[in-house]
Amino acid sequence: METEALQCPLKPKDFASDQEVKWCPGCGDYAVLNAVQKALSELNVKKEDVTFVSGIGCSSRFPYYMDTYGFHTIHGRAAAIATGVKVANPNLSVWVISGDGDSLAIGGNHFIHAVRRNVNMNLILFNNEIYGLTKGQYSPTSERGKVTKSSPHGTVEDPFNPAELALGAQSSFYARVPDTDVKLMTNVMISAEKHQGLSLVEVLQNCVIFNDKVHAAITGKDTKADNQLILEHGQPMLFGIDKTKGLRLNGLELEVVTLGEKGITEKDILVHDETIVNPTLHYMLARMRLPELPIAMGVIRNVGKNVYDKALHEQIKSEKTNSKYKNLNDLFLSGNTFKVS
Amino acid sequence: MTTELESVVIKFAGDSGDGMQLAGTLFTDTTAVMGNAIATFPDFPSEIRAPQGTVAGVSGFQIHFGTSGVHSPGDAPDVLVAMNPAALKANLHNLKPACTIIIDGDSYTKKDFEKAGFEGNPLEDNTLSDYKVIEAPITSLTKASVADLGLDNKSMVRCKNMFTLGIVFWLFNEPLEQTINFFNQKFKKKPELAQANVNALKAGFNYALTIEAIKSSFTVLPAKKQPGTYRNITGNQAAAWGFLAAAKKANKELFLGTYPITPATDILHELTKHKWSGVKIVQAEDEIAGICSAIGASFAGDVAITTTSGPGMALKTEAIGLAVMTELPLVIVNVQRGGPSTGLPTKTEQSDLMQALYGRNGECPIVVLSASTPADCFDWAFEATRIALEHMTPVILLTESYLGNGAEPWKIKLTEELPDIHPRTLDSLDPNWKPYQRDSEKLARWWVKPGTKGMEHRIGGLEKDECTGCVSHNPQNHGKMVATRQEKIDRIADFIPLQRVKGKDATKLLVVGWGGQFGILFGAVNELQKEGKDIAFTHFNYINPLPKNTAEIFAKFDKILVCELNNGQFANYLRGQFPQFTYEQFNKIEGLPFKIKDLKNKFNEILEAGNA
Repeated sequence: METEALQCPLKPKDFASDQEVKWCPGCGDYAVLNAVQKALSELNVKKEDVTFVSGIGCSSRFPYYMDTYGFHTIHGRAAAIATGVKVANPNLSVWVISGDGDSLAIGGNHFIHAVRRNVNMNLILFNNEIYGLTKGQYSPTSERGKVTKSSPHGTVEDPFNPAELALGAQSSFYARVPDTDVKLMTNVMISAEKHQGLSLVEVLQNCVIFNDKVHAAITGKDTKADNQLILEHGQPMLFGIDKTKGLRLNGLELEVVTLGEKGITEKDILVHDETIVNPTLHYMLARMRLPELPIAMGVIRNVGKNVYDKALHEQIKSEKTNSKYKNLNDLFLSGNTFKVS
Repeated sequence: MTTELESVVIKFAGDSGDGMQLAGTLFTDTTAVMGNAIATFPDFPSEIRAPQGTVAGVSGFQIHFGTSGVHSPGDAPDVLVAMNPAALKANLHNLKPACTIIIDGDSYTKKDFEKAGFEGNPLEDNTLSDYKVIEAPITSLTKASVADLGLDNKSMVRCKNMFTLGIVFWLFNEPLEQTINFFNQKFKKKPELAQANVNALKAGFNYALTIEAIKSSFTVLPAKKQPGTYRNITGNQAAAWGFLAAAKKANKELFLGTYPITPATDILHELTKHKWSGVKIVQAEDEIAGICSAIGASFAGDVAITTTSGPGMALKTEAIGLAVMTELPLVIVNVQRGGPSTGLPTKTEQSDLMQALYGRNGECPIVVLSASTPADCFDWAFEATRIALEHMTPVILLTESYLGNGAEPWKIKLTEELPDIHPRTLDSLDPNWKPYQRDSEKLARWWVKPGTKGMEHRIGGLEKDECTGCVSHNPQNHGKMVATRQEKIDRIADFIPLQRVKGKDATKLLVVGWGGQFGILFGAVNELQKEGKDIAFTHFNYINPLPKNTAEIFAKFDKILVCELNNGQFANYLRGQFPQFTYEQFNKIEGLPFKIKDLKNKFNEILEAGNA
């Protein structure tokens, strides 16, 4: 985004619209709203240059609550609509707000292609592993066997891991955050906006009504220290209350080790590099699952890659310079014309 | 000896891959430059390569050119090029009695007859006794004419379409220069291929001259046209250029979001050549993403269009509803083809009218326009964009395979000759503005693009409050908004021209048409008018809303006959709009345009029934 810095930066609340927020009390969406408003204020952007585009679902009401430009669209298509917004005006800061049903079921096609093209926008994926707005059916991220209104006997399908899907589509930026950590979320949103290309931020978000505590093992007060690995670029992958647990590579597998045991020191611990182009390690981090391994949080991947909207505009610019046509009349009068008098 | 003709219909037919479309196009270009009136009709199979030598694999290109009376590609050919027996078989049922048939004798072997479904040799039994047959060993003569260029056998044989074209050029006294220039340009980097095509072309011309293929050749004099500079253009190309012009006259940037589908893809092919004009193109992952990216671009302030054909239109439906609800300008082009489902991908039909008018959930009124001829696709693309931008609404533009692929001379319109378009843009802070405020005349809201300071707002597919645009589920508000959206479309009738009737003082029979059958219907009515029959013709391009004087016109006639390539969709629409009249129908659903003789028969039948 090419916007000049504001003289006096806007406060988070300056980004809040006058609309009453109508999410259920306790919904994880509130935390995302706060984090995004904070991030925008820290990014020092102008309200008029920001556009939120959403699909359908609880999370997709988000644009109404932001005092920016916003477009609440149709089920699953937000990424496609946002692609049009960004291509039409690359100067806008474009944010796609979507849920697991919206982006990974009905909008799966648009999701993977937006990631593949690497459109320079931010896609915030609210993952509560359930359909909230349609009142409690299983989603493409619900665990196998999940009992819901539409699966009273348990589902017989395996879920997507959004990170694997994104990395498979050659994602240039992927981050995961819990809805319980506004500070981490804010920092990740800032990194996402600064990244050139499609930044995918998956929020592990709690639905208090239809899927309460689905992420509790990861985000619970007592468990989070042991079950979350918060990644920082250039830092060793340590976690646990005293930061004594760490990750190392054992052959082709990641394993958890403890500092001080069996002669393990910090030197043995993997250091996070979000910028390595080879996605293998990012992929391994992204697919870590409890209880053997902690859940990776923070920016997992942040690499440079051709940006779709930029390349498209560069091509237009080059054609403008090189074409034999300078205006439409040149075109209309080109080729085999003939006069009738 | 040279005979002067008013007009001639030629059909090039051969195997898909024999280069018949190219031969036809090059002949068209030459006749256009010679100043003839022309209309063309390419007709090809949807398979990339159907089995060689079979009727299913026959590709045809029909061209009607002349001094006058050229309103359509013509009912039946005066000259048929039949490169193989299958091409002959596919066209035998539809030839004029004195038709000249040009045949490649090399491909008339027993095996070829069998594949085409002939029982014997049509050249030896009496099958062709009514026609003038020019049988030439085209394949072997072509090979001989390019033998010293060092090409492989396949490349040599491929030139046979040019040998054939050479014969046709001789037959009609047409010059070769245009075609020679074409090949020199096309194969700049492969001069041996240019030379081979030119050799074959000249060899065909000289062969016909030497053997005096038929006793006389023909000349078709230039047509009387309005003065101006012309060029040949297909409907899809014209539509693409119309959009370029409309964006320019609206002082906006053009955006195309689309997905390839026959027969609409050539609009994409054409626009993508013109990135120099600034056109932004997203070839999306599917039809839905195509229209959605266009809606996003429209929200962001571009002149947004999406192009498709029948099945693609079905996929875009939900998104069209979003554009109606958010009252964003957008043009959706549907180059109709035979349906339902995948139907007949390369054949023409007019059966998506009901879908265009009503194919969405909810009360979802939309502007529907249609083009009449290949060249006027330019004007209708321009007009569709004007209405979209000035009235803040999506507009569906219906064209047809028949128009998109067909070609005719277009009187070039320079940009300075075109009217300005005035989008309802608001590009600076207005403290009193609300997103769904409307102007009292058009009921159109304002178009404020992201990036405009102080005007931040949210829109979406949920029902909105009549002024603020905030989400509203208030029952009275919904009723009011449904009525307002309808009224906004209805009021467009105040900003379009009145409907006109072609034909003076007729009272008995009004022929009603819409879309791409214009030329054929007009041609048929015109012939009966010349015979003094009490018949008139009116052709609709504005379908929703209809011109304000439509009922007034209908009231003047004893009988109204609606002719269309579907089961009566426009007739049924008119029945709903103006139930006070009775509508007779003439319908054809064969993937092919009307024939003038069938129309005349029908018209005469009705006129005579009236006398009884």
